[in-house]
Amino acid sequence: MKNGRRGFMGKAFGAVAGVGAVASLYAMKKSWDPLPSVRSAGFTTLDMSAYKENELVVEKWRGKPIFVLKKTAEMLAKQNDADKARDILVNGEHYMVCIGLCTHLGCIPGYDSKGESFLCACHGGMYDFTGMVTKAPPPRGLDIPPFKIDGNKLVLGEEGPEYKKMKETGITL
Amino acid sequence: MAHFTKATSVHDWVNQRLGIDTVRRVMATEYWIPKNINFLWAMGMVLAITFALLLVSGIFLLMYYQPNVNTAFDSVNYTIMREVDFGWLWRHIHGVAASVVFLVIYIHMFTGIYYGSYKKGRELIWISGMLLFVTFSAEAFSGYMLPWGQMSYWAGMVITNLFSLGGLHADGIVEWIRGDYVPAQAFLDRFFMLHVLLLPLAIMGVIGLHFGALRIPHVNNQDGEEIDFEKEAAKYKAGDKKHSKVIAFANDFMSKDMFVVGIFLIFFFYLVFFHYDFAMDPVNFDPADGLKTPAHIYPEWYFLWSYEILRPFSTNIGLMAFGFAQVIFFLLPFLDRSPNAIPASRRGLFAVWFWLMLIDMIVLTAMGKLPPEGIFSSIGFYAALVFIGLWIALPIITKLEKKA
Repeated sequence: MKNGRRGFMGKAFGAVAGVGAVASLYAMKKSWDPLPSVRSAGFTTLDMSAYKENELVVEKWRGKPIFVLKKTAEMLAKQNDADKARDILVNGEHYMVCIGLCTHLGCIPGYDSKGESFLCACHGGMYDFTGMVTKAPPPRGLDIPPFKIDGNKLVLGEEGPEYKKMKETGITL
Repeated sequence: MAHFTKATSVHDWVNQRLGIDTVRRVMATEYWIPKNINFLWAMGMVLAITFALLLVSGIFLLMYYQPNVNTAFDSVNYTIMREVDFGWLWRHIHGVAASVVFLVIYIHMFTGIYYGSYKKGRELIWISGMLLFVTFSAEAFSGYMLPWGQMSYWAGMVITNLFSLGGLHADGIVEWIRGDYVPAQAFLDRFFMLHVLLLPLAIMGVIGLHFGALRIPHVNNQDGEEIDFEKEAAKYKAGDKKHSKVIAFANDFMSKDMFVVGIFLIFFFYLVFFHYDFAMDPVNFDPADGLKTPAHIYPEWYFLWSYEILRPFSTNIGLMAFGFAQVIFFLLPFLDRSPNAIPASRRGLFAVWFWLMLIDMIVLTAMGKLPPEGIFSSIGFYAALVFIGLWIALPIITKLEKKA
């Protein structure tokens, strides 16, 4: 019966069902995508003149915590070239601005202002005041969010030339 | 059309149309269970009853629970716990059963490993059982999201981040799973759907498969003896119940099964009424806050061993070790190269392997609960290595095993 009418009907059904299955899977995949309202969830603008030295402030951008740390003169003196490349300069002041989620599995590390370091309580990862890893398991330093410098202000979510350069040189993902 | 006669009773009327006598014979009165078993063979029934408890308590919770990030926490902790009459009962049954079901699953698994009940035609029972373990794990995790407390939120964050696959940085997959950059409304809604519909459906389907896989090979016995079920059943049916090696599933074996269930239920409701707190993490009584990680995040006790395999390594190696731990139990029937389906105590080196594995998993569980510092970090690290090493050694030591 392979080449008979029943065989033809089987193949015809298979074709219809196959097209239908692929189309439904596509629709199902798209239905799980983040909604446009979520995707377009705005930009966060920070006034950089408001921060105090060595005092960690946690801002919020797209539901994620953003660490902002204004660096002290002693911190700057301790920095090597790799550390300096992570600095964001606004009006001559140096800032660390990072997504405050551990690059291991996304917990929020806590800041110890005396030790000038971050500790993630989930799996024991540590970062220094520049956001670089000092103790595993995190695979890389804290990520830097897309930013654009606008006078005294920093706009998160927009990609300015300084951010693009960091991305190209692999300083952040 | 089939031939129908005038019914002599309601039973006969239904039987002519549904064949209930045949069903009863196949499923109960002529489904043969070996006599040579012990109380550990009742764990399947204990699990079935626990699943029923989860289903019934879940139905009542579902009537008042609200899958909304603004109201979920209060609908559980205020509405269900304080306003609904006996709402606390359903919640505590649900929470305690979710925890206890894993204890019984682990006992059930290790019983199977000890007696070699995954060999000689019983491979599919083992594989479908492992599928149940995975679907139950997903069910437990999705349910843990629903009260939308701090542990719900941060467990959701950490577990979904696993899907970025470490060094591959597949953040797109993570955002797709969440429906947002962080766990939020879309995330809660879809995990609610998974927990109350899709996963329970899958679990019920796989339970059917698990029972089906058991029907032809029958359950194992304490000596791994190959029983000629037809011969023994014939003896039993001829009235020689004393010399037959088998008994009928119902009502003979069921009466013992349900006796064990009765003892289990006394223990279970003791926990529900007096010690439900072990299944209720205090941290989860703080509402979810995306800007504050709890000081110490750990999963429920039944996930600790695999969590501890993930933890001591750097991200990529940790994920690979974790993935290994998740799938390796599936392969047990094929990694055990020995033809002997007898208790571990009579299998030489395999007995050592069995007890080392059990102790190692208990050590991993204990270390997973402790903070990842100092000596605990090192013990966890070596226990994780031992776990992987034992699986690598399994085909070798079972190959060397002499035929019993």
